[in-house]
Amino acid sequence: MRDQVAAGERAIAAPARRARRARKGGTTTAPYLLLVPAALFLAIFFVWPMVQALLLSVRGEHGGFTTANFHRMTGDTYFWPAVRYTLLFIVVILPCQLALALAMALLLQADLKGKGFFLYIWAIPLAISDLASGIVWLAIFSPNGFLNSILHGLGLEENPFPFLTLEHPVSRFLCIVIAETWRATSLVMIILLAGIQVIPKDYAEAAEVFGATAWQRLRYVTLPLLRPSLQVALILRTLAAFQVFAIILALVGRTVPVLAEEAYNWSAVLTNNYIAAAYAVVILVVSIAVTIVYLRALRVRDEQQGL
Amino acid sequence: MNTATVTKPAETGAPVVRRRARSRRHMLGRIGLYALAILITLFMLLPIYLIAVSAFSPQAKIYTFPKALIPHRSDLSTATFSFFIHSTGVPQSVRNSIVVGLGTLLLSTLIGAPAGLALARFFFRGRGAFQLFILSTRAFPGVILAIPLVVTFIRWNLYDKLLGVILVHTAFTLPTTILVMSSIFVSIPRDLEEAALTLGCTPFAAFWRIMLPLSLPGMAAVAIFTFVASWNEVFAATILTVKNRTLPAQVLASLNSSQLPYKFAGGFALVIPSLVFIFFMRRYLFNMWGRVVR
Amino acid sequence: MAEINIQTVRKTFIGSKQPAVNDIDLTVANSEFMVLLGPSGCGKTTLLRMIAGLEYPDSGSILIGGRDVTDLPPRSRGIAMVFQSYAVFPHMTVYDNIAFGLRMHHASKSEISRKVERAADLLQLTPYLKRFSAQLSGGQRQRVAVARAIVMEPSVLLMDEPLSNLDALLRLNFRSELKKLVQEIKTTTIYVTHDQVEALSLGDRIAVMRDGEIVQCGTPMEIYSNPATEFIGGFIGNPPMNFLHGLLQRQNGRARVTVGDHVLEAPTTLAAHDGATVIVGIRAENIQAALQSVPDALAARAEVIEPVGSHMLITAVVGDQRVKVLTRADFPVETNGSLWLQPEWDKLRWFDPETHREIAAK
Ligand SMILES: Nc1ncnc2c1ncn2[C@@H]1O[C@H](COP(=O)(O)OP(=O)(O)O)[C@@H](O)[C@H]1O
Ligand SMILES: [Mg+2]
Repeated sequence: MRDQVAAGERAIAAPARRARRARKGGTTTAPYLLLVPAALFLAIFFVWPMVQALLLSVRGEHGGFTTANFHRMTGDTYFWPAVRYTLLFIVVILPCQLALALAMALLLQADLKGKGFFLYIWAIPLAISDLASGIVWLAIFSPNGFLNSILHGLGLEENPFPFLTLEHPVSRFLCIVIAETWRATSLVMIILLAGIQVIPKDYAEAAEVFGATAWQRLRYVTLPLLRPSLQVALILRTLAAFQVFAIILALVGRTVPVLAEEAYNWSAVLTNNYIAAAYAVVILVVSIAVTIVYLRALRVRDEQQGL
Repeated sequence: MNTATVTKPAETGAPVVRRRARSRRHMLGRIGLYALAILITLFMLLPIYLIAVSAFSPQAKIYTFPKALIPHRSDLSTATFSFFIHSTGVPQSVRNSIVVGLGTLLLSTLIGAPAGLALARFFFRGRGAFQLFILSTRAFPGVILAIPLVVTFIRWNLYDKLLGVILVHTAFTLPTTILVMSSIFVSIPRDLEEAALTLGCTPFAAFWRIMLPLSLPGMAAVAIFTFVASWNEVFAATILTVKNRTLPAQVLASLNSSQLPYKFAGGFALVIPSLVFIFFMRRYLFNMWGRVVR
Repeated sequence: MAEINIQTVRKTFIGSKQPAVNDIDLTVANSEFMVLLGPSGCGKTTLLRMIAGLEYPDSGSILIGGRDVTDLPPRSRGIAMVFQSYAVFPHMTVYDNIAFGLRMHHASKSEISRKVERAADLLQLTPYLKRFSAQLSGGQRQRVAVARAIVMEPSVLLMDEPLSNLDALLRLNFRSELKKLVQEIKTTTIYVTHDQVEALSLGDRIAVMRDGEIVQCGTPMEIYSNPATEFIGGFIGNPPMNFLHGLLQRQNGRARVTVGDHVLEAPTTLAAHDGATVIVGIRAENIQAALQSVPDALAARAEVIEPVGSHMLITAVVGDQRVKVLTRADFPVETNGSLWLQPEWDKLRWFDPETHREIAAK
């Protein structure tokens, strides 16, 4: 008897339930509809070109698969210097950027008067491209530029010093380091600032109550808490560093080759997209490898921290 | 309580001296901090000032040595800048850069905002995977995209077309747009939308009247960011065009053949939008970049 | 004005094993003020949101005014809702907030301004009509949220912990104001709270929820004096109901419960439970305390004495169990002094220690 009633109820409820299922269907398709354009677009203009780049790098000019492009690339006089310079820049510029950005972020946290003004000025290079940055510093480092004028004005230098020429590889290198540090430090600073602001003030205050000096607070409280942000900055800047080339092109031309510059040169100047794609693949592989290495290394340390 | 008041004077002598010493050290420390801050400010500001001076010096002055840090009024002129602006290809490239920037901004927002909304407001199968995919695009250098697209675009008749550059720039900016949009939408309390629903709105009306107006400031920030990103992009813009250059592509392509005045004026022209960008974005700087990073 | 029928409604959120709302049946009469009361996480909000149409049940149906609204979107249900977070639109003035719903229903300009002004007047918002949410205090925002809901003249008014974000004094004031308001407009109301004082003072009836189920539904007095389970007795009232464990024995056809060294008379209907442990429930105000020995009273020791203004709250130890007792404010007892406690026999409630349910009526 009760079963019968229940069955009857179920029969009555059926249409309503069907309507409900339709509604549920409606709510689950909505997000997909919203995502489709983005997913399609990225599939066509992001994923597919990545695959294409891989294919292009192993294609011969007359069809078929070949490793000739890579052979030609590695055999090129510019290739190994480009690899060397790319890595050298990363190793030298990243620590400079991190240190300066950390100093800037901490200064902005130090409750200075006019810190809004400082932030505004320090953020300006954020939106400046590497090409523009190269030209900006060219005005300073060129033989008739402002640096030589200043040195002359101070009586340190009688004749203009050619900072950017082949004969002075160290000064040439340093000029690029300074220009790139100027441009990209703001970015790192903003990342670190975002991280610092999330750290509750209590920790530093607690440390101060226990008599920690400013340096100890920084070393044992702020820096460890800031590590996630430092890691993010490190990864993002490393990845970006593989793509920087216009700043170098503007300052010293092709005399200092880096990987992205070679890719640009092969594609835009020499119009050989096969070799350019081979360079692109090298950049891709190194980028992914670096990301994986970073993530691995950082994960292990996180576990240690947990213990 | 009594004992405390009695012992206090006896103990304070030493700390007072120590405190005075400390506050003097503190003062010195503060001055040091200000000095450092001003030094960094000079480092950040001086190059901008100097490129501006260079761009507004007469052409002949640019080759003279030594130069004055503060040029005389008579040594300033718009001749160099106007020479640059009127060089062949430059007016067109400025126009192209603006068109590409606006196009990228529009396309990126039109495609990215709905995706951001989906990530922010819906739980669905594949949400995590999509989010991971978007995040992982950072590990793939954008430089790579452009090279194979040269080949593809020639086939699709998009080579040397502004639309082609817009498409590539959108591919660059879209992941960031999606992530930032999603965090903007997430930051708008769901209650507001639901309140609108109970007050008679359809889901679309609730979005239109509540979500959209509330996310507009954030969206504007993303839009400006997108525009500047496009304005600054030089690799793809250069290799995907021959005649239809954007401004940075124009400047880059003529680096070898151009004279210093042309470069300096071009450099300054490239810097202008950045200055405007930072001026309008200073309120959003923290939030935006904080979000972009996460 | 409408009756609400909730019929075996169930909702399980994706990814959780327990249903948040487990086959609930509930009828709210026309113009009734029903309070959903329960500890946090018991499913009150989920049930309310299903009535509002913001969440859809897995099974069961919801009828408002006899109409099945189970699958209708919120806008077609004739409901209005006040959110815990107020959800006042930050980009609109107070006036526009209150007018929002009317505009969505295409009311005429004159009607809108008339109704908005009246609602603003009712909630004392008239001076603030031009302000934005950010320029209002929490209490004022709450008023906007209520005005925005009642201006719709909904057939059902839903409120989710509307007072929980206010500070104590505001909450007290606004509570009585809300009661007056709802009595005036006579709208069927469902009010969610985890605060038992609020529930007792506001509700025509209270539905006590626990773990997705309604464990008791009745008038505040019924729920207070006849809790259906030990949980309800402990959840409602301040201090909560006292619970003493005792052994039930049958003697000459009468039931007696031994608590410590003392014997309490139990209703004869309990005689069937001979040899079982039972829980005796008694409210603090239903225990008479005396400083001298009284026949049939429980001997106790006053462990803690807390003057609470109008009364004195004594924590007394009976054997190895603790009992809260409310006495006159000037009751001359000393800490660790002896006490004799005399429960009012007709106020004793009996619970089964296994099921925690009431064993038998008085
Ligand atoms: N959107 C949701 N997704 C998953 N679980 C939820 C969701 N909303 C509520 N719950 C769960 O359902 C149960 C009931 O929640 P809720 O109705 O909000 O309780 P209450 O309002 O009584 O505090 C809780 O266990 C809660 O964690
Ligand atoms: Mg709740």
